Amino acid sequence: MGVVRLCGSPEHAMSRRAVLGALGAGAFTGGALANPLAMQNKRVLMIFLAGGVSQLETWDPKPGAPTGGPFRAIPTSVPGTHVCELLPCTAGQIHRLALVRGINTAEDDHGKGSYIMHTGRRQEPSVNYPHLGSLVAKMVAAPENPLPGYLHVEPGGSGGSSSADAAFLGPKFGSVSISDGKPPANIDLPGTLTSGRDDMRHAMRRKADSRFLASRNTAETEAYTQTHEQARQMIAKKKLFDTANEPGKLGDSYGRHDFGRHCLLARRLLEGGAPFVKVTHTNYDTHHENFDFHIERMGEFDRTFATLIEDLHQRGMLSSTLVLVVSEFGRTPNINRNYGRDHWSKAWSIALGGQGVVGGAVVGKTNATGTAVVDRQVNAGHLFATYFRALGLDPAKKHYIDQRPIPMTDPAGSAIGEILA
Amino acid sequence: MTQEKPKPPEKPKAEAPPPPSPIAGFQLGALKPSAELKHGSPLVACRFDPSGKWIITASQDNALQRWSLADSKKTDMAGHSSWVRAMAFSTGGETLYSGGYDGTIIAWPLDAGQPEPIRQARAHDGWIRSMAFHGGKLLSGGNDGKVCLRNAATLAEERQWLAHDCHVYQVAFSPDGGKILSADHKGRVKVWEPDGKLVREFPIPGLHKYDTSFRADIGGVRSWSFSPDGPLVACAGITNVSNAFAGVGNPLIVIADWNAGKVVRELKPKEAFQGTMWGVAWNKAGFITGAAGGNGGMLWFWKPDQANEMFAHKLPENARDMSQSADGGKIAVAYQGGTVRVYPLAG
Repeated sequence: MGVVRLCGSPEHAMSRRAVLGALGAGAFTGGALANPLAMQNKRVLMIFLAGGVSQLETWDPKPGAPTGGPFRAIPTSVPGTHVCELLPCTAGQIHRLALVRGINTAEDDHGKGSYIMHTGRRQEPSVNYPHLGSLVAKMVAAPENPLPGYLHVEPGGSGGSSSADAAFLGPKFGSVSISDGKPPANIDLPGTLTSGRDDMRHAMRRKADSRFLASRNTAETEAYTQTHEQARQMIAKKKLFDTANEPGKLGDSYGRHDFGRHCLLARRLLEGGAPFVKVTHTNYDTHHENFDFHIERMGEFDRTFATLIEDLHQRGMLSSTLVLVVSEFGRTPNINRNYGRDHWSKAWSIALGGQGVVGGAVVGKTNATGTAVVDRQVNAGHLFATYFRALGLDPAKKHYIDQRPIPMTDPAGSAIGEILA
Repeated sequence: MTQEKPKPPEKPKAEAPPPPSPIAGFQLGALKPSAELKHGSPLVACRFDPSGKWIITASQDNALQRWSLADSKKTDMAGHSSWVRAMAFSTGGETLYSGGYDGTIIAWPLDAGQPEPIRQARAHDGWIRSMAFHGGKLLSGGNDGKVCLRNAATLAEERQWLAHDCHVYQVAFSPDGGKILSADHKGRVKVWEPDGKLVREFPIPGLHKYDTSFRADIGGVRSWSFSPDGPLVACAGITNVSNAFAGVGNPLIVIADWNAGKVVRELKPKEAFQGTMWGVAWNKAGFITGAAGGNGGMLWFWKPDQANEMFAHKLPENARDMSQSADGGKIAVAYQGGTVRVYPLAG
């Protein structure tokens, strides 16, 4: 039997691994679950549209306005809600998504905007804040999870991990890159090494580690040990990376391009126990010929994303997966002389859905030309508080660095209640 | 007594290249607009009608404007729900066909006091980027990769085929009307029989690049014009792209022999200029005009057998399209600022 059904609903199905994991965790922590959310199989999928996707060509179209551009708005599965015509497939999934149309992050720099949307904070000289992925890895992932807590499927890249993303949470919560959607390097044992000899190798390493850790246990040494253990578990789960196992039709629906393969892999990783997967789709930094490039980019995004949402729903995973579609900022309503749109953080949009989110909700409003928020303005602090609430986490929970309390989300930003289930 | 050394024989002096000969009957060294026609929204296209009475512009407010060249009077023409880049005219100019980014073709009685749509057809799934008229047939190409042939009088579709695996940027009838040409986003040119049978295809490598950093194709044939005698076609676009999303590249015109399926020559501005060649016109007198927008606006005149231009003119702002009058005596340039300027060339 692969799953234990708690209430008969597939949405509440719980994997045997999670049950055993939770029991195991309880046994080792005196009954108090180290991570109660792990038991509920909650997870997060972040789709990051790198470069700054245009809100007018996606979630907040302004057809007919001087800033509207050439695209029309189309109706969606939610009466009265329209999106850009570049999203015909996603339009059929809007009843499963919430749109936040009143975002003002007041930061038009790529790096700083990306930091804000990954951490929920502006950069400060005195403290570096962890990525959402690292927070989820710490607060949601089961300790025995076979996969790294924060996986990043990205086009290009060189693989490896980024402990900097975890900031003060410690390196073991940093992101691990799945470069070009390929399995991590050296995931296969060398042909000369039998699994028995590999076990002996690790037993010897563990013995050496335990002696060392007994006297020098730091976040770094802990991460070192955990990395080895996690690598072994990933090797055992290497089939997760083989998207060729998926039915051909499903692969076709996701799309045979990079983003399609990456989203299919993301679904497999989430299904396999990953608590947080980020998929980057690049690039949207369209200072030149914004409309042509959005046709291309959205042409990949739309069908793939709609298929992903439908697939998660069909597998009973959507209601326990918080799905985020974010970018570092939006793009200027003004169309520049080269048919481009530049960086614009004062009035832009994101979409989210799944775990804890009311499908079909729209919150926030921009003016007729899309230049300013006129109703329910929010910033990244509000968004992060919303993510936390959606996951059932306390946004005010504090992390202590040398007895200095650091709230997990910006205390100035409250959750957007209108979109929370 | 010293003997004077014999002087080495003098090297023949290198002859200076002859100055570009002026084109008889044309003043290309100095340009002054004869008309500046201002609309309230940025322009995306302009065309002279065949009769020479009108110039038609299209703008970012989804509208067309008919301007009288006699008195500069503007008549607005509303009908599309998106921008219009493609225009074609019946032989005498009585009917204007506009093809929009809404995928729709509209036929307009051009000489009416207030032209209203007389027919329209849903022609493509996605943008229509180019149209051409010949012998009562209307040709269109769009983002759906298709080329469509219609009865121009009724707009009824007679034939359509999937011609390209990406956006079709240009379509044309060959000058003798016997063939159909199409060109795409990836800089490929295809020659077709009127029944849709492929005759040949060839690439124009200078007009396309896949930008690996941004993971996007950039380029395409943005405008084209046949040589007066017909066997060559001048294709315009952007080349040397180092950053697709910032438009960092240079305007280029490539002359191709479409019968032989090969590139003949590239025409490049002497001075570095960042931008896209949005318009090209091959004049009956033999010279080629190119208009670019990007980091400002520029206009160049070339002799087709010389790589560098005869004359270059800085334009007051970004050019987005250019049209040459049927008699070749004028060009019009559509600007991002909303103005179309008419420049006399003959004189």
